[in-house]
Amino acid sequence: MDQVTAMPASSSDSLVRVEHLKVHFPILSGVFQTESGRVRAVDDISFEIRKGETFGLVGESGCGKSTTGRAVIRLRNPTEGTVFFDGKDLMGLSRNELRKMRRRMQIIFQDPYSSLNPRMTVGSIISEPLETHKLVSGKARIERVRELLALVGLNPNYTNRYPHEFSGGQRQRIGVARSLAVEPEFIVCDEPISALDVSIQAQVLNLLVELREKFGLTYLFIAHDLSVVRHISDRVGVMYLGKLVEVGPPTAIYETPGHPYTRALLSAVPIPDPKAERRRKRVILTGDVPSPANPPDGCRFHTRCWLYERLGRPEQCRTVDPELRVVAPEHQAACHFAEEALQSDVGVAQVREGAATRRGTPDSATAGLEAEHAAAGVAAAASASEPSPSTPSGEPEG
Amino acid sequence: MTVSEESGGAGSPTVAELPNDVTVETEEGRLLAEQLADDRRHARKLLEVRNLSTQFFTREGVVHAVDDVSFEVEYGETLGLVGESGCGKSVTALSLTRLVASPPGKIVSGEIIFDGIDIMKLSSEEMRLLRGRKIGFIFQDPMTSLNPTLPIGFQIAESARLHLGMSRKAADDRAVELLAKVGIPRARERMGDYPHQFSGGMRQRVMIAIALACDPMLLLADEPTTALDVTIQAQILDLIRSLSAEFGTAVILITHDLGIAAGMCNRINVMYAGRIVETGMVDDIFEQPKMPYSWGLLDSLPRMDEEKGSRLRTIEGLPPDLINPGKECRFSPRCKYVHDRCRVEEPDLSEREGEGHLARCFGTEPAGWIK
Repeated sequence: MDQVTAMPASSSDSLVRVEHLKVHFPILSGVFQTESGRVRAVDDISFEIRKGETFGLVGESGCGKSTTGRAVIRLRNPTEGTVFFDGKDLMGLSRNELRKMRRRMQIIFQDPYSSLNPRMTVGSIISEPLETHKLVSGKARIERVRELLALVGLNPNYTNRYPHEFSGGQRQRIGVARSLAVEPEFIVCDEPISALDVSIQAQVLNLLVELREKFGLTYLFIAHDLSVVRHISDRVGVMYLGKLVEVGPPTAIYETPGHPYTRALLSAVPIPDPKAERRRKRVILTGDVPSPANPPDGCRFHTRCWLYERLGRPEQCRTVDPELRVVAPEHQAACHFAEEALQSDVGVAQVREGAATRRGTPDSATAGLEAEHAAAGVAAAASASEPSPSTPSGEPEG
Repeated sequence: MTVSEESGGAGSPTVAELPNDVTVETEEGRLLAEQLADDRRHARKLLEVRNLSTQFFTREGVVHAVDDVSFEVEYGETLGLVGESGCGKSVTALSLTRLVASPPGKIVSGEIIFDGIDIMKLSSEEMRLLRGRKIGFIFQDPMTSLNPTLPIGFQIAESARLHLGMSRKAADDRAVELLAKVGIPRARERMGDYPHQFSGGMRQRVMIAIALACDPMLLLADEPTTALDVTIQAQILDLIRSLSAEFGTAVILITHDLGIAAGMCNRINVMYAGRIVETGMVDDIFEQPKMPYSWGLLDSLPRMDEEKGSRLRTIEGLPPDLINPGKECRFSPRCKYVHDRCRVEEPDLSEREGEGHLARCFGTEPAGWIK
């Protein structure tokens, strides 16, 4: 156990530490399949995830966030760099050691339709990790599966049903149950709710929060939806074209972002409030994300950067790749002109006052409901019970 | 194409009754002409949908995908159809242009009056002439809605040649102009490129160029940005917004994203289980919604302009099966405020505070129990 590389000095509470991680994919061409180039999916990123926290990783498609998620639990071997899990270097582990380590780290995938084997019953899907890791067997295993189903809000009697009998949200709950089976400490959630409908998204998101509190889980939460990431994360990292461009607590990232890309990303997120939408100051980025096979020199964002234009195209941005640097306590940004970005008012949406309570449902109605519940002995709760899984047609794909 | 005479409906003047020409020489005359043009526009809606029902006849039974839906679209306005998957918003849009796949689908009843034309009475040939010419489409997936074997220039020019009878040369010029308008650089050089040479956002721009090729009066945008990244989404929405303002094109925007609806629409129809459950001006829908389903939708969204929260209020359960919708309020099995009446009788859309604000809920009616 102790043959692993000693962990360099760092905050003692870090569970996962990623150092100079690179994942490159070769582009093979010609008859001899010679390497003619490389897709730099993840290009030298470093960050740490502390015990018990949720680290949100956001970015657009192709920015390398999912590849990062997979490399962190070594589902994909990095080209360079290392990942320390609880102080142990994952890259230095043998197959056997890695398998043992995997018991402590799990993943929940995006697509609840393709990540469950359609020929396996829910019971066997959830008990497979128990079998692999030789944890419990026989009657105890069946009991454990039932317990897991109940934990994620499904009927424990459904163990003999197949995935197609469940709706998207219910399938995602099965995926969550599977990842929890081995009692992990760390779960990579790779876009766990983006395939689901709005009202179902909220249900699964609440479940993830509940489980985190119950078991003290640490999450790496990968998503493209900035609103969801703000809701669930303790710290947030923003990726662009294989690089981590900004890291910080949500208040810093969402209210005083220090990278022009973060500001542009925020300004593109629609807010469900017509008045706020009319008030916002937007920057609309022009063009598409450049190819990660041939990223721009200097700062990778300079080809689309509004701040670069505003500052009169400084040479530094074209020639020097900016490193992540501290711009405020706990807050790092990779921009030569982060101070200017911090000063700007572009993109951010003002946090509404009293927003936590007042949303769609009027307060008076909520109060009325509570009074009624008190009087009627929570009769309405009965209507909110788990629907029958035999009619997933209620939530068809659009 | 025939223009049905009774399209104005009872009470409002038909177009024929309004004088056509007024001399515009004097200032007074000009004002009068503007007034008249305005009146003419307001006398008639661009689109009136009355009691539209579309059903799908499947082996399991008849699916009531769109059930007795009525709404209007004014000239130049943006109307949002909002709801979750399966609520009938896409089928509504397909029904408007009679594009519902048949079998299994069929528009079983209803009236659709588009710019005075009764769409249900058109022959399929007349319908084909109307689509593309007067009504443009943008679909969710720009990859499958473009023909991969034809250059994009051809695909844009095709619509101008067919519908406007332009020569090949004139249609090509029009295509170049449109490509430039939707923000594709070096438009003339890119005319010969194929869809696979474009990124997702660029393909959606090409789709918009095709949709606008004949200067349509109505643009049907069905989840136009769902397949795109958020920064590209902002570009496309901005483009739709500015083009519809420039050409005075009305837009029906179908989306599940309430944020997009808030930023784009003048009015919103919230749909649930094949029905419109609430309709109103955008500010009313977001600021004083009057239907527990609308509340639930707004409550369940994590928001960027809110501090980290611990728990979202959710709508428990799933939408109902549309094969046997029953007589109750369709939201009642999931509603926290449900009373016995809701389980036996479905409320009608009735008026609430605010212009054209209607909701389908007994509880929020003046005599209701939700205050």
